[in-house]
Amino acid sequence: MKNLNKYGYFFIAPFWIVFLVFSIYPVALTFYYSFTNYSGTGSAVVVGLSNYKRLLTDNYFVDAFFNTWKIWGINFALQIGIALILAAIFSDMRMKMKGQAFFRAIFYLPNLITVSSVALLFGILLDWQHGSLNVVLMNLGFINDPIDWLNKPATAQISVSLILTWMWFGHSFIVIMAGISGISKDYYEAALIDGANRWQTLTKITLPLLKPILLYIMITSLIGGLQLFDLPMLLTDGIGSPDGSLNTMVLYLYNQAFKYNNYGYASAVAYGLFIITVIFSAIVFKSMYGNQRKQAGQV
Amino acid sequence: MNSRVEPNKSISASWKAKPLPIPASRNRKGKVIKGLIYTVLTLMAVVCFVPFLMMLINATRSNEAILTGFTLVPGTSLLENYRTMMEYVNIWNGFKNSLFISVLVTVLSGYFSALTAYGFAFYTFKGKNVLFVFMLVMMMVPGQLGLIGFYELSKTLGILDTYIPLIVPSIASPFVVFFLRQYVQTTLHPSLIESARIDGASEWRIFHTIGIPMMMPAVATMSIFTFIGSWNNYIMPLVLIFSPEKYTLPVLMGFLKGSQVAQNLGSMYLGIAISVVPIMIAFLFLSKYIINSISAGAIKE
Repeated sequence: MKNLNKYGYFFIAPFWIVFLVFSIYPVALTFYYSFTNYSGTGSAVVVGLSNYKRLLTDNYFVDAFFNTWKIWGINFALQIGIALILAAIFSDMRMKMKGQAFFRAIFYLPNLITVSSVALLFGILLDWQHGSLNVVLMNLGFINDPIDWLNKPATAQISVSLILTWMWFGHSFIVIMAGISGISKDYYEAALIDGANRWQTLTKITLPLLKPILLYIMITSLIGGLQLFDLPMLLTDGIGSPDGSLNTMVLYLYNQAFKYNNYGYASAVAYGLFIITVIFSAIVFKSMYGNQRKQAGQV
Repeated sequence: MNSRVEPNKSISASWKAKPLPIPASRNRKGKVIKGLIYTVLTLMAVVCFVPFLMMLINATRSNEAILTGFTLVPGTSLLENYRTMMEYVNIWNGFKNSLFISVLVTVLSGYFSALTAYGFAFYTFKGKNVLFVFMLVMMMVPGQLGLIGFYELSKTLGILDTYIPLIVPSIASPFVVFFLRQYVQTTLHPSLIESARIDGASEWRIFHTIGIPMMMPAVATMSIFTFIGSWNNYIMPLVLIFSPEKYTLPVLMGFLKGSQVAQNLGSMYLGIAISVVPIMIAFLFLSKYIINSISAGAIKE
């Protein structure tokens, strides 16, 4: 029989040609630019590590780093907390909750809407004087004076966190439920018969067995969170107002490159962001699986 | 959206356990707690939906009416708002552009990922494993890393302000390839391919008549993510497209914010509503399918 394995190359060739040209080459080119002072026109002059040195002392970047973390952190704590509580409720055998499909669908809905539409919508809903949110909150008596959501750093960041929570808790809920459905119900029946209460069932069975799923949610959310761009870009003026509090790392990258034409420096920002992402993903991974190994060793 | 939607079987079936004995004294307390939980869940559902409700109502009200406050009663300025908006921004054009790009991206990514996954799964060739691992490593690289290089490349190739850089790269979608390879390895047995070869079918024919149909369920699952991802993509078209008539919907939304339309809140709300409502309607019909895909995607990781 003639050798058919050459077809393997034919089959993967289109992928690799496009991948090399449109993925790998741009990543490599950006890497090269990060060592130059390229400004979009003319030629790029190699300047060594000076872009990276500047990055480490650039207050805007450092602030952007912490802003991104603050916004992501508050959002993640809320999102995963709500999702876990919901999952605990819907997976509780004693409660036999109904309407899971309905609630799942409606909790997931905000995730499907284009982020730029969400940003625009909240941009006008959160308006200080005329925003419908303040009007409704005042009518209901929750607040006396309108809150200037998007003009104070603290409330602006919290607003973004809450919008992100609103967008993502349904998604996390679905993923956690998918994880729980993979856990054998024998564990829960045994726990029920042994008289374990809900808290014990959650902390001793559900959470340990959900570790891979929680890791998946955490890593994907972290990577997505570190790339936060659309929402802060469109919610205020696009350069991180108020007071630079919505300046995230990718927003900074975008503005450095396409607003101020600092392509070389923006490339270094991109690689800085990449290194940060790798480090934190590794930490999350290690802290979750490192523990497991320790526990296994103790037994 | 529909309370009678059948619950996802794979998830809920395992919870239809036989009734377990519950002490009678706990029964009433349990009912009260359950009622409370339903109330909270309903409140949460309302919170999820309220921003959309405000959007829909305000889209029918005039600028002046919105400035004076919020009511739950729809206004009468829908047509006027529409006219004002269309004067400055043709939102349907953005819709058409986004749809065109997203459909092509989904089809290309589905077909070529299936082709690549099939090549990786059923042929042995030199460097196969190295290439596959390299692809997996590149999968972890965030899209923004190559953004500036990508822009420069598009400039060099003279394809700025065209849809080529938005569409063609989807031929190489590492995550879809990875997912499809895992899938096809467990569902398609090599002996089936072998017997087709004995019957004299060419390799391409085998791929098209056996490979693709076998991979179709997984391709469909991935297509949902690909489509949503392309539809929502903001930063790439923002960087690459300059002509307003070529704007995709997300970029057009940003444009809307900076345009004269922003002076008229009713028109703004209407513009946002037009970008949101079709997605909501699609979700109404596809929610079960989409949610199952998310579950499948997470578990296969």
